[in-house]
Amino acid sequence: MMIDAATFWIVVPALALGTYLIRFSFLGFLGNRALPGALQRALRYTAVAILPGLVAPAVIWPAATGGQTDPARLAAACVTLLVGIATRSVIGAILAGGVTLYAILWL
Amino acid sequence: MAAFKSPFVRGCLASAPFVIVVVPFALLFGVVATEAGLDLLQVMLFSLSVFAGASQFAAVQLMQDQAPVLVVLATSLAVNLRMVMYSVAMTPHLGAAPLGTRAVMAYFLVDQSFAASQMEFERHPDQPVADKVAFFFGTVAPIAPMWFAATFAGAVVGEAIPPDYALDFAVPITFLAICAPMLRSIPHVVAAAVSILAALVLSGMPYGTGLLVAAGLAMTAGALAEQALQRMRRA
Repeated sequence: MMIDAATFWIVVPALALGTYLIRFSFLGFLGNRALPGALQRALRYTAVAILPGLVAPAVIWPAATGGQTDPARLAAACVTLLVGIATRSVIGAILAGGVTLYAILWL
Repeated sequence: MAAFKSPFVRGCLASAPFVIVVVPFALLFGVVATEAGLDLLQVMLFSLSVFAGASQFAAVQLMQDQAPVLVVLATSLAVNLRMVMYSVAMTPHLGAAPLGTRAVMAYFLVDQSFAASQMEFERHPDQPVADKVAFFFGTVAPIAPMWFAATFAGAVVGEAIPPDYALDFAVPITFLAICAPMLRSIPHVVAAAVSILAALVLSGMPYGTGLLVAAGLAMTAGALAEQALQRMRRA
């Protein structure tokens, strides 16, 4: 599906401003103070709490196959994750996953 | 690296290795965003104004899924909330710089400049603020231009790629690849597992709100797991 132009022109400026304010927050106006322990703990897990959940449905029910679980995409996802964990290399994991996907699709 | 006296040059050298990560990531963003129907100007404005790769991919994915604007924003901004920690951690070192300088540094406070600067400032906390500022801008110098140039190249390439090359799966693969090295402790693994399970179970919730609920649950699970582990170690 294509991105709607109106959506784009609302989302991008708001995302840019919000992201900037997050970066500016303490450095800019909140100054030198510690975060409460509970907040600090929660913030440590923001990225890892969102990104896996964002891709999970796309891995199990890919839109490209009309929502049918697809062995090629499932295998590619597993290889990406395993190579990423084993090598800690983002690029290595992307390449391994991509090669797996196209190898199985081509077979 | 004592051979280089200039803190700016030391900063450049410290973040130079990150170029290998930034370039393919930006290329891929350019390609994926173009395939999603954005034109060259939109893709460049996106990368220049937001300048935070993971949240840009998340926003593109959610906008393609026709999620409501508020859900797209809440989810993508949540991805960037980790930068609150960066802002907190940089303040003791850079907080004494003039406001204008801090305003510019905030724009450039990305994963790579933070990681390289944090390491340096922990190792040498006693350098003058001006040196720390110079080091910080040094870490930005190799990263930012490459981010913009590679986004541009990706967008140009994306316009030439036919839509039926299974590129739908580039975003999931990229995200999995970013996540994998993050799974460096048990609480991180717990958070990721809860995120996946809850997102799948709640995928029927309207307007993509299931993901936001899943993210909240996963963050809480991670924080609780960390606390539980600490208690076990102390006992």
